[in-house]
Amino acid sequence: MTDVSFGDFLLSNLRQFWEFTGFYNCTWQHLVMLGVGLFFIWLAIKKNFEPMLLVPIGFGMLIGNIPFNTTAGLEIGIYDEGSVLNILYNGVAAGWYPPLIFLGIGAMTDFTALIANPKLMLVGAAAQFGIFGAYMVSLALGFAPDQAGAIAIIGGADGPTAIFLSSKLAPNLMGAIAVSAYSYMALVPVIQPPIMRLLTTKKERVIKMKPARQVAQSEKIIFPIVGLILTCFVVPTGIPLLGMLFFGNLLRECGVTTRLAKTASNALTDIVTILLGMTVGASTQATTFLTEKTIFIFFLGFMAFIIASASGVCFVKLFNLFLPKSKKLNPLIGNAGVSAVPMSARISNNLGLEYDPSNYLLMHAMGPNVAGVIGSAVAAGVLLGFLA
Amino acid sequence: MKRKLLVLALAVVAAGASLCTAQGRTGSLFINEVMVQNDSNLVDDFGQRSGWIELYNAKFAPLEISSVYITNDRNNPTKYAVPLGDVNTKIPKRQHVVFFADNMPSRGTFHTSFRLEPGKDNWIGLYDSDKMTLIDSVLIPASLPAGASYARVADAADTWTIRHDSGAEGDYITPSSSNIIRDTNPKIETFAQRDSNGFAMTIMAMCVVFSALALLCICFMIISAINQRAARKTEEKVVAEENTVEQAPESGHDAAQEVIAAIAMALHDHFDAHDRESAVLTINKVKRAYSPWSSKIYSMRHLPQK
Repeated sequence: MTDVSFGDFLLSNLRQFWEFTGFYNCTWQHLVMLGVGLFFIWLAIKKNFEPMLLVPIGFGMLIGNIPFNTTAGLEIGIYDEGSVLNILYNGVAAGWYPPLIFLGIGAMTDFTALIANPKLMLVGAAAQFGIFGAYMVSLALGFAPDQAGAIAIIGGADGPTAIFLSSKLAPNLMGAIAVSAYSYMALVPVIQPPIMRLLTTKKERVIKMKPARQVAQSEKIIFPIVGLILTCFVVPTGIPLLGMLFFGNLLRECGVTTRLAKTASNALTDIVTILLGMTVGASTQATTFLTEKTIFIFFLGFMAFIIASASGVCFVKLFNLFLPKSKKLNPLIGNAGVSAVPMSARISNNLGLEYDPSNYLLMHAMGPNVAGVIGSAVAAGVLLGFLA
Repeated sequence: MKRKLLVLALAVVAAGASLCTAQGRTGSLFINEVMVQNDSNLVDDFGQRSGWIELYNAKFAPLEISSVYITNDRNNPTKYAVPLGDVNTKIPKRQHVVFFADNMPSRGTFHTSFRLEPGKDNWIGLYDSDKMTLIDSVLIPASLPAGASYARVADAADTWTIRHDSGAEGDYITPSSSNIIRDTNPKIETFAQRDSNGFAMTIMAMCVVFSALALLCICFMIISAINQRAARKTEEKVVAEENTVEQAPESGHDAAQEVIAAIAMALHDHFDAHDRESAVLTINKVKRAYSPWSSKIYSMRHLPQK
């Protein structure tokens, strides 16, 4: 001890400290990921693309990609057991954030449009073809069935469902799947309109749908109860998501739990969204994220969105062949079968107004849109049942 | 009445909870594999070989087995009580523990107070803490050779088999681990082999998704039809009642109508009766020129300037 001079002591400690710093441990992968995080934040703030999701995810990426000495046992990384970030990440890894988000979605969602016109549920079911189309492509690209299932769920356009399923089927791909799902959800206004224009004629785009009938309060109360029992009897593996979705909706509609519904749809959802977004972003560490697989996942996610939107629109066109003239559906509501609520319904409405300024499709599109939420949760349950 | 209902609900919940506790181990805890004559197999912490009994927790949650009884005597269900206070008696989900049947309970929690006897039928029973509920039992045949184990074909399966550890597929002796050694998920393997392009999965999954939502759709069409019919009936009833009220005076009382009208008019004139006003107020925003009387600038206290 006495052999070391004071200067050497200072220098060795400063050198050791330098080795802990981000500057010393920084690699180009870290810089790329920091760039991606900044890009997400820019998209959210400047372009207003899903700011509620992209700001937490983008900032989470910055948090997760600050370089540090991973061998020093600092226990600060998101994958270091017992670290603060790791504790927050448990909700993602163990899959209990997504059901809480679904509770909030249930408490926020008005299923009136769907109850008024139950056949729109089939449009929500048809759009889930995007998931299984992407599943087939994933298999062709060499992914194992469980990984393919986890990637394909991006086509459901439902972030919480994607996180839930990937945490069960392919935890190692969860970061890329979650970021891909949320990114494409933010890009729904860019991805869907060209597909909708491509697959519909001008005549079809101006079809005016009959206004929905009035729905009695009793029907609104029965819906979550019957919905839960029927869907979960068919797919019990969907209980965590469907159970919470319908529970949240019952809180909203029963009329005697307004306070609980408000908490579920506001405070609780906000808290979980913050934690979910931030931890998902932080989980995308350069070493695990910047791989060839991630590029494939982004490609497959994009494909899944396209297939889902296209299959929804095509299904409505097919459905119209069997409907009387007075009850025809506008195929522009088909894209809303993906469960990006309410964004894809808004796109149907905007596109409808573009071709006929008096044709408001929002409430009609909300039917398949909320059916898409149920459909994607059912599809996730099916994949979990077959592959877990 | 409300209090009675509350008490009843609490009683039902409590009964259910107690039932769950009593039945918690039955159907979850299994005798999974047994070796009577251990000549070349598992060695305990004291470097000795003895017969062993493997228990398996089939639940997807940890299972506490302290105070459970293990016995080889039907007339003495409490022969060996698994001691309290050992953290290792909590079996993790879908995991196994091994008890050495060496009649040396002083050597630790996992050493029973009886020995298994080679060349004889050995009955082993597992009793719950109430000393009466038989959780699981097995009769090990006397023909079990030395060095062989008597095991369920798979964890918690009903069928038992004799295993010799010959090295052949499925003929392993597996103390403290699963009776079937797997290094892959069989479901995924099957899908990878039988459905490499994903068509079967797509067809099956889309059928399930469609049938779930179609079921919901049909159900709500029925509910909606019932609801609309009920609403129509109520409406018809109301209309019918209104018609009855209107039609009642017509049955031979035409003159009475005029009389009633005259009385009503007289009362109206007498009391100077007024129709009830709608009480709707309309506030029109009127633009006024700026007035400083309520301006914050003038009402806020200004700090003295130095």
